[in-house]
Order: sequence, then structure tokens, then C-alpha cells
Amino acid sequence: MSTSPPVVAEEPRGIGTELPVPPTGPRRRSSFLSGPAGRHLGLVAALVALCVIGMITAADRFGTGSNIRTILTLAVVIGVLSVGMTFVIIGGGIDLSVGSLVALASVWSTTVATQTMSGQGWWAIAMVALIVGTVCGLVNGIFVAYGPIVPFIMTLATMAAAKGLAEVISAKKTQVIRESSFKDFFNGSVIGIPVQVIVFAVVGVIGWIVLNRTTFGRRTYAIGGNPEAARLAGINVKTHTVALYALMGLCCGIAAILISARTNSGSSNLGIGYELDAIAAVVIGGTLLTGGRGTIVGTVIGVLIFTTLNNVFTLNNLDTSTQAVAKGAIIVIAVLLQQRLARTELRA
Amino acid sequence: MPSNDAAPGPDPAPRGAPTGAPGPGPTRGTSRRTFLFGGLAFGSTAFLAACTSNSVGGDTTTAGTTAGPTTSAGTASGTGAVTSSSAAVTDNPGGKMVKIGFSAPAADHGWMASITDQARKFADSMTDIEANFVEGTNDVNQQISQVETLINAGVDAIVLLPFDGAQMTEVARKAMDAGIEVVNVDRVFSSPFSYRTYIGGDNYGMGVSAGTFIGQQLKDNGVTDPVIAEIQGIASLPLTVDRSKGFADALNTFGFSVTNQVSAEFTADSGEEVTANLLQAAPRIDAIWNHDDDQGVGVLAAIETAGRSEFFMVGGAGSANVMRAIKDDNTVLKATVIYPSTQAASGVELARLLVLEKGMSDLEELEVPKSITLFSAVVTKENVDSYLPSAFES
Repeated sequence: MSTSPPVVAEEPRGIGTELPVPPTGPRRRSSFLSGPAGRHLGLVAALVALCVIGMITAADRFGTGSNIRTILTLAVVIGVLSVGMTFVIIGGGIDLSVGSLVALASVWSTTVATQTMSGQGWWAIAMVALIVGTVCGLVNGIFVAYGPIVPFIMTLATMAAAKGLAEVISAKKTQVIRESSFKDFFNGSVIGIPVQVIVFAVVGVIGWIVLNRTTFGRRTYAIGGNPEAARLAGINVKTHTVALYALMGLCCGIAAILISARTNSGSSNLGIGYELDAIAAVVIGGTLLTGGRGTIVGTVIGVLIFTTLNNVFTLNNLDTSTQAVAKGAIIVIAVLLQQRLARTELRA
Repeated sequence: MPSNDAAPGPDPAPRGAPTGAPGPGPTRGTSRRTFLFGGLAFGSTAFLAACTSNSVGGDTTTAGTTAGPTTSAGTASGTGAVTSSSAAVTDNPGGKMVKIGFSAPAADHGWMASITDQARKFADSMTDIEANFVEGTNDVNQQISQVETLINAGVDAIVLLPFDGAQMTEVARKAMDAGIEVVNVDRVFSSPFSYRTYIGGDNYGMGVSAGTFIGQQLKDNGVTDPVIAEIQGIASLPLTVDRSKGFADALNTFGFSVTNQVSAEFTADSGEEVTANLLQAAPRIDAIWNHDDDQGVGVLAAIETAGRSEFFMVGGAGSANVMRAIKDDNTVLKATVIYPSTQAASGVELARLLVLEKGMSDLEELEVPKSITLFSAVVTKENVDSYLPSAFES
């Protein structure tokens, strides 16, 4: 097993060459800045450009501390989901059920908290959300790995089932949280930084470390790049796949906690459509939908681009239809820019 | 927007509204006789609203207090039209059983769940109604075949809240041709030949009520050049466009206009998100109209997080959560504009009247009217007690 990582490291590049994107490959030995930052120049440029547009069009409001806190806080939920999604997609899968899992976890935890375990404190809500999310992720993973059912279909099924279960549990009612310690804790801030942002940062950093500095991460790349080669290299592809989806489920649980605290409620309508936002952020961040390649840093920048976009649009009072058009255009531009830069980098 | 139930056009939109009260309460204003018939009048609340709105409609500022389904628990005193419903048994001495079929979209959110609940409760309360409720569905094909089944079952009337009015027009026409009275609820068919009677909410009127209330408040407080923000539901829906148009038109009569407009998706998380950005965009706000009380949970959370309170807020639809907040009066939420969820229950009663060939007794007309548009009353701290018992839990 100890010999597997070097073998593995080569796999993603092999896959990369088949695609229009040049195989810059995850050079995991490179430093934080020289590697990913170089590859994400296009993304960073897009984000900076957005900030400049914000500074110009809404000079008095964009750069304020409270606005930056708002942007970061709004990035948190999609951000946590995107980190989990990065793992799943790099591992060659996809998870369409995350929106529904967030809904289910939020509804279940808030129902439990407002009824059977009322008065137990914020940790009761949080624990239930984490457990529900992880268990649902495990179910996804087990069926995908041992079923086997294609991830797309399996998670599509979970998406429907979890939404339905959430409706059953909540009786389609919005559960307003009266446990004030919960919202106080997760809506509070430490030395001026919102707890939500800290949670996101912790998830992001742990995600980065796991993906770049552990055997688990290397195996994830291997499995996504070429599952058969990974299997021959001695990796237990099945259990690893289960772990990836369970990890995604855990992220859904965390996201459910954060979103429940932010909206002060749990509802079967929460989080709907988030799977697409998360997938979009991951793809913008340079992760291949075919698996085998991608980075957490890119994903995080992708999420920030999305959130900043919405913020800048709202600051300028743009109507929703215009926003949608501009959003689509900017997604394409960001990805084009990223590919162009990656190509020049390769030639250089 | 790629969501399951947010996407389909009209579906998630009209949430909230006071649910069919366990008996309409004393309605003040206008020449209304009252009749007391205990819990029997279930669900006829919206019916009241309809009649009332027809007679006093347009006077939006007084709407909250004079019109609308004013209810108070337990008692049931109706305005004229309700008489017949309350007096079900005595009104139907021949004891003819009325077979009514009912079809509505899936009860996937509070307002729609309430629509079916209210209708069912009303039907159960009437001894001369034999109700046939088919499973709610958001699949137009399935709803069409359900209606065909009802036609084949030989019901006397069909109460139909279509998932999509235009797409259900044809099968409704088929029912009419088969001699079945079709009562069209809320989402209108595209042909008048497809239904005998229409009953539904008034989205434009909802905007007018909200705009008039906000405009009047600002004017009374002497605010000039106010910053008025609007938080829409799904912006692309026709009903959202109607609501916003009514809002803008009403504000315009005061010389005001909407300063900041954002749109959410009828969910708490979307409401929270757009509001967080909105509060950054406008450092000072005088008034906010939020189209939907379900997303309002998130809107209020964002306002609380930002610690803003320099403005007042008006909700939309009328959920119980929001009414409790209005009553407690410790948030920025000072009013909400209702969109009744009792209309399907009223539709069942209209169907019954049609089959029994009755009119609406307080009207001079011999027949049930062709169209009834409900009134969007403004619920404030002053009249919230009347509406709270009939509000639905989101």
C-alpha cells in the first residue's frame, strides 16, 4: 500500500490529456502558492475583476467591513457543500442529492430540537443534523459502490426520497427554532469573524489537507482518474467510494446546521437546488467532471465568485433577469479565461 | 430555481392566507346580517371574503378591518352568502346527495396543504356532500386523467385547482360538456367555456393592498423621498409580476416608487440570502414589502442578524408565524397581506350550490356568479386577533 501513492499520482495526468484542458495535473509536492495559485490565475483574475467592478459601481458600500462579512457569510453554506462535492467529483462520482439532504437534515434536527429534545442545547440540533447527513451519505455510497448503481441515478433517487421524507417529518411546515443557544452560537462571531465563516474555513482547510496531504486524498485522485488501475494498485475502491459519499453527507449535515442557524428555521424547502450551485462552483474551480483532477482552492474561489457576483448585482440594484444573464455569461468567461491561462502556462 | 417545487410556475407562489376558519366571525362594516351556525360554516371563510370584496372591494385602506374573512374561534356568523352553507341540512330538505370531485396540485407546501385540508374539512362537515378527493399531483398528465376518472364516476360537480390552468382547460371543457359543473379555483382556465364559476385570489390586489398600506404609513409619518424595498418571490412567475405591478401602481398614487427590488424563491434560505445583500445595498430603508411569509422567516432572520430596525416590513400571504410576530409587535414586521387558502373550500360550497340550483341568498341574483375574486386584506396588530385563528402554520 505504501507504494501506491506514486503510481496514483500519475493517473490523473493520463486522464487529463484526453481533454481539451491541458494536463497540468495535481502536482502535490508543489507548495501552496506555486502550484494551485498558478493554475487558478484565471479564477483569481475573475474574482479580482468582480471586486474592482464592485468598488467602482458601489464605491461607498462594497468595500465596507460589514459587506465583506456578508459576502463571506453567504458563501458559507454553498462553500461547505462544494468542498464535499469536490471530493465526490474528483473521485469520479457526482451527488445530486445534497440539496435534499440539507433539507432533510435541517428538518429532522429542528423537529427533534423543537419537540422531543427541547431544551437540550444547541449541540442536540447539531448532532442530529450531522448524523442524518452522514447516514444518508452512507446510503448513497453503499448503493453506488456495492449496488452498483450509477451515482447520477442513485443520488437522483435520494434527492427525491430525502425531499419526501423531509416533507413527511415536517408535515410541510417551517420549524422555527426557539432554542436560542443554537442560533446565538452559530450566528455569533469571534474577534469580529462570524462563527459561520470560521466553520467554513475549518472545513476548507481540513478538506485541503485531506486531499493534498493524506493517503485518502491521493487515493481519491486515483479512483477518479482510473478506478481499475486504482483497484490493481491495491486500493479498496468500494470502501473508498462509500467514504467519499459519507463525507459529502457529513458536509450536508454541517451545511444544514449553518443554514438552520441563518434562517432560524428548518424546512423541507431549504437547500433546494444547492446541488447545482455546488457542482457549478466545483467545475468553475477547475475540477474535471470526469474525475481525477481538481483542487479545493479552486472550488473555494469558485464559490466566492458566485457570492460576490450576487452581492455586486444587488448593490447595483440589477433586476433578477439581468442578473441571470450576466451570471451565465460570467461563468463561461471565467472558465474560458481559466483554460486559456492554463494553456499558456503549459506552453511556457 | 432548478428545484422541485419552486420551479413550476404557479405552484409555490400563493402561499399562506388564513385557512378556512373554524367558522367565520363577526364581520364588521357593510350591511351584513349574521347567522349563527356553529362549526358548520367551515371553510366558507373565503367565500365571505369573496362576497365582501365584491361589495366593498377597492377600498384597500380599510380592508383590514372591514373586509375579509374576519374570524374568531368557535363562533360562526357569516355574511349573507354563507347562509346557505351554514344551513346546509335545512337548505336541502329533499336530502339530495351532492357528489363532488376535487383535484388540486400536490400539497407540497403550507399554503397548498391548507387548500386541500380546508376543502376536505368543509366537505366532511356537510351531511349532503359525498366528496371524492383525488390525490394531489404536480403532473398535469396525471391530473387530466384524474379529472377523466371523475367524469366517468359521474360526479355532479368538480372543484379543480389546476396545476396549470391553460393545460387543464381542455379536460375541464370535457367535464362541462358532460353536464358536470366545474368550479375553477385560483389558477384560471384559458376558456370561459371550461368552467361554470371561478373563485380565486387577487395577486394584483395583493400588491395594491401592500402598496397602499405602506404608502399611507409613510405619508402619515411625513416621510418624503422614502427608500422602499421589495422582496419578490420567483420573479418569472406571472403572479409575481402581477403583485409587483399592483405594488408599484399603489405606491405611485402617493408619488412613491420602489427603490430596491430583489427576488427570492419562496424559501426561507433564499429569503435570507437576498435580504442579507439587500441590507448591504441600502444603508437606510423606510419600508419593505416581502411577497411571501414562508421566505419571510429567512428575511426576518437576516434583518435580525444585521441588527437593522429603522424600517417597517409588510409580509404577504399570511402565515401563523407572521401573524404571531405582528401580534407580539417586537420585530419590524407590522402587517401582512393575505392570500386566502380557504378558496378551495369555498369552491366546494359553490359547487354544492350549483348542483342544488341555489343562488347566493344575500345577493339579488338568482344564480351563483360566474367569477369571484377574493380580497387581499391587510392584517395589522389591530385586527390580527380576528385573522390568527384561521392562519395556517407554514
